[in-house]
Amino acid sequence: MYSDMKGKIALITGSGKENGIGFTIARRLADEGVTVVISDICKDIGAKDYARIGTKEELDDLAKKINGHGVVLDVTDENTIAAAASYISKNFGRLDYLVNNAGASPSPQYLQYMDLAMWQKTQDINVNGTLLVTRHMLPLMTGEGAAIVNTASRAGKKPRAFAGAYCVAKAGVIMMTKIFAMETAALGIRVNAICPGQIDTDLERWGWEYEAHIRQIDVQEIIDEEITTIPLARIGLPQDVADLVAFLLSDQSRYITGQTVNVGGGQLMEL
Amino acid sequence: MALITGAGKESGIGFAIAKRLAADGATVIITDVCADICEGDYARMPSPEELHFLAETIGGHGLVMDICRDESVDDVAKEITDRFGRLDFLVNNAGAGPAPNLLQYMDLAMWRKTLDINLTGTLMVSRAMLPLMTTGGAAIVNTASVAGKRPRSFGGAYCVTKAGVIMMTKVMAQETGALGIRVNAICPGYIMTDMTEWKWGLKSKFLNMTVDEARAEEEAEVPLKRIGTPGEVADLAAFLLSDRARYITGQAWNIDGGIITEI
Repeated sequence: MYSDMKGKIALITGSGKENGIGFTIARRLADEGVTVVISDICKDIGAKDYARIGTKEELDDLAKKINGHGVVLDVTDENTIAAAASYISKNFGRLDYLVNNAGASPSPQYLQYMDLAMWQKTQDINVNGTLLVTRHMLPLMTGEGAAIVNTASRAGKKPRAFAGAYCVAKAGVIMMTKIFAMETAALGIRVNAICPGQIDTDLERWGWEYEAHIRQIDVQEIIDEEITTIPLARIGLPQDVADLVAFLLSDQSRYITGQTVNVGGGQLMEL
Repeated sequence: MALITGAGKESGIGFAIAKRLAADGATVIITDVCADICEGDYARMPSPEELHFLAETIGGHGLVMDICRDESVDDVAKEITDRFGRLDFLVNNAGAGPAPNLLQYMDLAMWRKTLDINLTGTLMVSRAMLPLMTTGGAAIVNTASVAGKRPRSFGGAYCVTKAGVIMMTKVMAQETGALGIRVNAICPGYIMTDMTEWKWGLKSKFLNMTVDEARAEEEAEVPLKRIGTPGEVADLAAFLLSDRARYITGQAWNIDGGIITEI
């Protein structure tokens, strides 16, 4: 479908679980003939309770499935980022596509009372992580048609009480996307962000289960409630997001940069 | 089955979209008013012969349609119903802008005409075609503009109507979501068309610069440092109409090389 993507090299952070957005993007790109390096932290992120993180074995298995490569990459540990850049440089000599998909969110809490360590960790993973990985990978992105997609979120545009750390961090990723786009335009590199709405992933379900538990209702009731705010009347799938990312990396979108595209079934339509 | 308004000139965005959809296998109906739209000077309008010739080159159909006249729009809707039975894709690309003038002093007849073409025209065509859009995967793309997001002195009528098209897109997306019809807008920036060249001509006449200087000024504004092509706009429109954008509706995408940076 996108013949220009064949033979390109891609790195996707936060892509170590089969049913996640990250790996679904990886699979989609691999279908276009892209050699994909998937990556994940593959260890505890040091919180009390959170959506399961994939193992290194899982990462390697998944990489095999798409004739790709797997590297352990902790976006908060610059050593692992440098090692990944080195790996890519040695094996491929360049990087064409970077997808900063690694992200995390703490459980719902007021900004006033939330654990400040969790606040810091959220900024660290989402904002600093995206910055550091981009800084290390940009020097490798010397080929024509190089492009970056950052996974932001609807949360970065639409504020939600109790989701302060995540909303602020994702708004930061959005602004970072636009500045990188301006700063790399002269190099011919395009940078865009995607803002997924409600997508059926472990992270999303963990949020629904948490809310269901607090409100003493079924998860299905939460989902039904959510659907009433979505014009296309369904929860999104990782594939819906992956198709958008493929478009934004391909040369079909060669005149599009610095944009933050909503993929949420129309849930967010603010001007 | 696709209908694209304002698609009667080979060099325009409308026909570029038509060509791209035809290349993807769609049966395309292109329309244009094919007549003078006012007194004075404006980018050249195509003739009916031109329209039909272009339609033939892409294995499609050409119908003269004036989106400002109810009967003309109804006639086309009826013809599509009779000949094809349904419509899958609608691209409301027909649009116009008056010569630069301050809101305070501009010719009010031009103000009303701009509203009529850009805003009411888009509404009327959508209303007439929606009942035909009954099959799965039906989608609409409206050609708005970066002018609908970023205000510019002297561009009042165009900016206001394009902002209106964006809002109309979003309201319609909410209203048709349950029917499974997606509605999105594209906001082109500086694209190489007759309309753009006409604008550079005006700038050179009134601002004491050459056409090349007018062009260079605009290129410098674009982060990607070049004017866009109708083909690039067409690629975006094709994506938005396709199944690959199945979870995207009510959005107004900038296709402008990075000009609009506002969050």
